[in-house]
Amino acid sequence: MTESTAPVHAVPRTEGDSAVEVRSICKYYGDIEALRLIDLDFPRGKLTTLLGPSGCGKTTLLKIIAGLVEPTSGDVRVNGKAVTGPGPERAFVFQDFALMPWATVMRNVAFGLELKGMGKAERQSIARHYIAEVGLTGFEDKYPHELSGGMRQRVGLARAFAVNAEVLLLDEPFSAVDEQNRRKFQEDLLQLVEKERKTFIFVTHSIEEAVYVSDRIVLLSRRPSRVAQIIEPKIDRTASPDAIRRDQGYLDTVEEIWQGLKHYVD
Amino acid sequence: MMASSQANSRVNSQLTSPVNGPVRAVHSPAGRGLGLGRLFTSHPIAVRVLSLGLFFLIWEIAGRIPISYAFPTFLETLYAFSSLLLDGSLIAAYGSTLQPLVIGVAISGIVGVGLGIVMGLSRKAEWLVAPLFIVLQSAPMAALIPLITFVYGIGLMAKTLAVIMLALPVIVLNGYKAIRNANPSLVAMCRSFQGTRLQQITKVIIPDASPVIFAGLRLGLAAGFIGVILAELLITPTGIGDLITYHRSVANYAEMYAAVVSIILVSTLTLAALEAFEVRVLRPEKKRG
Ligand SMILES: Nc1ncnc2c1ncn2[C@@H]1O[C@H](COP(=O)(O)OP(=O)(O)O)[C@@H](O)[C@H]1O
Ligand SMILES: [Mg+2]
Repeated sequence: MTESTAPVHAVPRTEGDSAVEVRSICKYYGDIEALRLIDLDFPRGKLTTLLGPSGCGKTTLLKIIAGLVEPTSGDVRVNGKAVTGPGPERAFVFQDFALMPWATVMRNVAFGLELKGMGKAERQSIARHYIAEVGLTGFEDKYPHELSGGMRQRVGLARAFAVNAEVLLLDEPFSAVDEQNRRKFQEDLLQLVEKERKTFIFVTHSIEEAVYVSDRIVLLSRRPSRVAQIIEPKIDRTASPDAIRRDQGYLDTVEEIWQGLKHYVD
Repeated sequence: MMASSQANSRVNSQLTSPVNGPVRAVHSPAGRGLGLGRLFTSHPIAVRVLSLGLFFLIWEIAGRIPISYAFPTFLETLYAFSSLLLDGSLIAAYGSTLQPLVIGVAISGIVGVGLGIVMGLSRKAEWLVAPLFIVLQSAPMAALIPLITFVYGIGLMAKTLAVIMLALPVIVLNGYKAIRNANPSLVAMCRSFQGTRLQQITKVIIPDASPVIFAGLRLGLAAGFIGVILAELLITPTGIGDLITYHRSVANYAEMYAAVVSIILVSTLTLAALEAFEVRVLRPEKKRG
């Protein structure tokens, strides 16, 4: 894996293929060292997962990419341009949904467009499209507290899709969703990845989930977090969801990561 | 100035009020003990009526024992209330009481919410202003009201000031706490979609803080009522304070109680109106379950 050894500030060879490049990122919260010299490339149009134990700094890294948190040192480039804050080419899906309780599903989904100053009719028609895409048609006028956890996160997802960002940053989007809905949600996500052709950066602490949805898995070690291993599951994603979950490649990758975790994390 | 209406009420108080009839009507809902739990969840209004009814019943019984010569029964008070209402003295009294109250609460509301928001958003403003209001909130304001008369005399100004002194601190401090505790995740969400600072404040922070801001306004309004009544009792008797003072001085206790109860009634109705306004305008989701 070349990522972890790529020279600092060098123009990466994969320039055309990487939507996001993370270079020598370190992050301290006071005395706590959360991230240590993270170097990563995120290939365009792929779903890359950041996998690691709780508290290892996955959210921190994702928020640094989003421009919501300042790194202590190092930089992030999106399409070759250095990140100084949030930007229109990135959209964030929050672990706790971050829905406005006083706003309907429609207003929540259209909120990113509302902030850009888009007219009501236009943003609502865009929002309606993505509400349908995540399977929430008919719930436009509901308020978040009237929805289940899974439905709330679909609203968060639709809101991120609606601004048409190239890079979607998802922070453990399914962690507050029950197991049954979680599987359905993972399958829907794969379809959306296929359909939307965007770059996804996905955070999870579930190995099965990571292997099931990812083109590429970045294994992070315990704090201070470093890139421990990068794995590219070779799985035929055209197969049915149940077939994928029984696929030998899938099972082998899960096992490989288990072994890796034992090795790197302890 | 109220000589004629006072004369009327004196006459009215001599009349004895009808008894017995309605007491059973008030009592009967309490008999359905079994359905009480269900009643509580499915009919919140019915429960409020029931609890008020029980209170009135106990009042009526206590008045008839009687606890004290100066303690009228509920029905006597109700009768006195309607006669005060009909002879216009109650309305005239509120006409003058509401002036300093409305002006004072309006000023406290606007200044208080504004100051609270600024303090919540800026550390500098917090350091500058917060200690003052924390001291003011814990100070015994009622004791300070007579001092106002030395500076501002006994007119509308002094009474308005009394209202502001009681209402403002709680409004400011609630507004400030509400803004300071706005959900950081929503703020980050707004930032992630490139919301400007102004959008962040108007579209996320203030709506998120509005329930606590409104709680402050409700407390401020209630404190304003206390302020205006205290001012009317302590500075110069006018309006409803005059009504209370007068009827106490001539031992029309039913009228006195009616005037006191009317304050509770008016303040409760005003608070309910404020709550309805909040739900309608700022937090529509609270209308449903
Ligand atoms: N705002 C913060 N202030 C101080 N410490 C923080 C803050 N955010 C995260 N941390 C610490 O940094 C580490 C990584 O946190 P986080 O990125 O949330 O981990 P993860 O998402 O992998 O669970 C944790 O030990 C956490 O306690
Ligand atoms: Mg996290």
